[in-house]
Amino acid sequence: MAINYLYPDFEVQRNESRCITCRVCERQCANLVHHYDAETGRMTSDESLCVNCHRCVSLCPTRALKIVKTDHVFKENANWRGEVIQDIYRQAETGGVLLASMGTPKPYPVYWDKMLINASQVTNPSIDPLREPMETTTFLGKKSTTIRRDEQGKLITDTTPQLKLAIPIMFSAMSYGSISYNAHKSLALAAEQLGTFYNTGEGGLHEDFYRHGKNTIVQVASGRFGVHPGYLNAGAAIEIKMGQGAKPGIGGHLPGSKIGQDISKTRMIPLHSDAISPAPHHDIYSIEDLRQLVYALKEATNYTKPVIVKVAAVHNISAIASGIARSGADIIAIDGFRGGTGAAPARIRDNVGIPIELALASVDERLRAEGIRNQVSLVVGGSIRSSADVIKAIALGADAIYIATSALIALGCHLCRTCHSGKCNWGIATQNPELVKRLNPEIGSEHLVNLLTAWNHEIKEMMGGMGINSIEALKGNRLMLRGIGLCDAELRILGISHAGA
Amino acid sequence: MKHIVVKSRDYQEVNQEIRSTKDKNIVLSEVFGQRYLGSSLKDRELTIEGTAGNALGCFLDGGIITVHGNAQDATGDTMNDGKIVIHGSCGDGTGLAMRGGAIYIRDSSGYRSGIHMKAYEDKQPLLIIGERAGSFLGEYQAGGTIIVLGRNQAGKSPVGYFCGTGMHGGTIYLRCDTLPVSLPPQVAVRDADEADMQVLGGLLEEYCSLFAFDKTELLASHFFVLQPNSATPYKMLYTHV
Ligand code: SF4
Ligand code: SF4
Repeated sequence: MAINYLYPDFEVQRNESRCITCRVCERQCANLVHHYDAETGRMTSDESLCVNCHRCVSLCPTRALKIVKTDHVFKENANWRGEVIQDIYRQAETGGVLLASMGTPKPYPVYWDKMLINASQVTNPSIDPLREPMETTTFLGKKSTTIRRDEQGKLITDTTPQLKLAIPIMFSAMSYGSISYNAHKSLALAAEQLGTFYNTGEGGLHEDFYRHGKNTIVQVASGRFGVHPGYLNAGAAIEIKMGQGAKPGIGGHLPGSKIGQDISKTRMIPLHSDAISPAPHHDIYSIEDLRQLVYALKEATNYTKPVIVKVAAVHNISAIASGIARSGADIIAIDGFRGGTGAAPARIRDNVGIPIELALASVDERLRAEGIRNQVSLVVGGSIRSSADVIKAIALGADAIYIATSALIALGCHLCRTCHSGKCNWGIATQNPELVKRLNPEIGSEHLVNLLTAWNHEIKEMMGGMGINSIEALKGNRLMLRGIGLCDAELRILGISHAGA
Repeated sequence: MKHIVVKSRDYQEVNQEIRSTKDKNIVLSEVFGQRYLGSSLKDRELTIEGTAGNALGCFLDGGIITVHGNAQDATGDTMNDGKIVIHGSCGDGTGLAMRGGAIYIRDSSGYRSGIHMKAYEDKQPLLIIGERAGSFLGEYQAGGTIIVLGRNQAGKSPVGYFCGTGMHGGTIYLRCDTLPVSLPPQVAVRDADEADMQVLGGLLEEYCSLFAFDKTELLASHFFVLQPNSATPYKMLYTHV
């Protein structure tokens, strides 16, 4: 072994008294961890290949397997931790940029967990959602600030195009290429059934999914993959991707090895050539340029679709959002730095950007202060994990929420964070037909529908508890939140009081 | 034929009128920089007299646009099919991310022309520039063909700096005797051979007849051929955690 030998992170523990050598684990593991040894008649494992995705553990019929963290360690050091040393070994050996996937695992503060929700007691009684109507329908798009009447005095209700959401939650952008056909299909079917939207990501729209257009947001990113008038008109809205929370400031790059027949057709690029999305849009260097693309898209769709501009949450996000609100965009989507990705340089994912909670609070505040909050809707994402996170985001000022990681977990993702390897054993982040088959889109969509139906019910319960019967009345209602264990600066930015105050 | 006098009218109004006319041929006269003219145009012909504004023919889908004058930035942005003919020059970002069809420019084009141009099956975009192009020509080019003819440049390189940076597909032909400066490592250069001249002869046919240029004379000069070193330039960049 070399001096920089990397000891495996996990150990595969097989309870020999339970194992019936059915070889399920061997067949299920795309990382080739398990092997049947014909000589001894026993199973062996190479834990150096294990990514801890739990596929074998979940399918072993006798519960003979478990994966545990190795107790082999470097000498304890709070500064030079084992992972730090190992990363240096890796880079010293390869000269490569460290590539990682899903949201950052680093222990940054999660502000959702440091905010508490209010409830009514005695006065302003709570409402029981099982008995009383409770409104969670949300409209996204520009809201008019003036009331206009015609000659007969009737209200004029023509608005610019709006997205109507039965629940204030949408599936955020994941491209076909980064995730599988069956994962996309699950999202499309679920969005249709739930009365919400899924998002194509920047990889174009597979021809089979045009029929779900009413529930689709089509994305336009710097690579412009698969973008043509038919595509732009296929969806209910168009999203311009300026940035992504997991990798602010850099582009994307789907390696040629993942560009198979179907992906090449959907992205409209040659087989096995790299799909490179440059970091900037090369026609956008200013808010005026952004406005040009916003209106180019509106012209191409005859002003029938709202245009979303998606940006990563970065230091000057409130000024950026103010610019976007003036660019003609109908909706701003902000992606926090804990958001997921199919592949991103680890150092960027773990160090660039800011938490969505703080970004949201300061953007909402700034747009209100400038009197332009009604010109745009705000959608936020970047690791929304539960209905409680949704409630808190809406109370901080969001109109709706984008989820992706939660949705993938509902589809079976076990957060092993090796999507970039393309060998997802759960059939999600892979293009290998044998693996993709493992995800049944009918069952997948059912799980997604279950998840969001449950969340929506919880949202109604919590709203009812606050004595609020419409999501509209919760929006930006920061009095419904209190901070716990937060310092003055954090409370000021979040615009909330400390618990007890 | 429909004739629209544009003058100082708002672009939204003009584009709305273009969309709602049934005529196959539309002539816009006295155009003063209105944007998005001919956006997503399909099977119709648009003739523009004056100066076309930004994003002329963006998302063009088979239509034909002829400009008797100059065009501004982002001409043919993300065009899918069709043709844009400019009897004059273009601003920056011409043919950005175009996937199909052709853009023929009689004179010159600004910065970032043909950037992220791509090709797919029968969609093989073509951008021909008569005189010279600014810096960053064909940056991130992923497919298709760019030709810069260097007319009136006395054999000097007809492009600016950083031609073909990040190129990973397609071809750039430059008609000149000296190579551009600062060519990036992703680009492999060679002198055009017999076979290339054959290809060029075919590609220049329509262009030369549109602008009444002498094709034989153009082809009698020296051309450089720029192609990417690899279709997967960034493969070796990463290691996994
Ligand atoms: S799946 Fe379980 S029972 Fe079957 S071979 Fe593997 S460890 Fe043994
Ligand atoms: S999508 Fe698949 S590869 Fe990615 S983290 Fe989830 S289980 Fe692992």
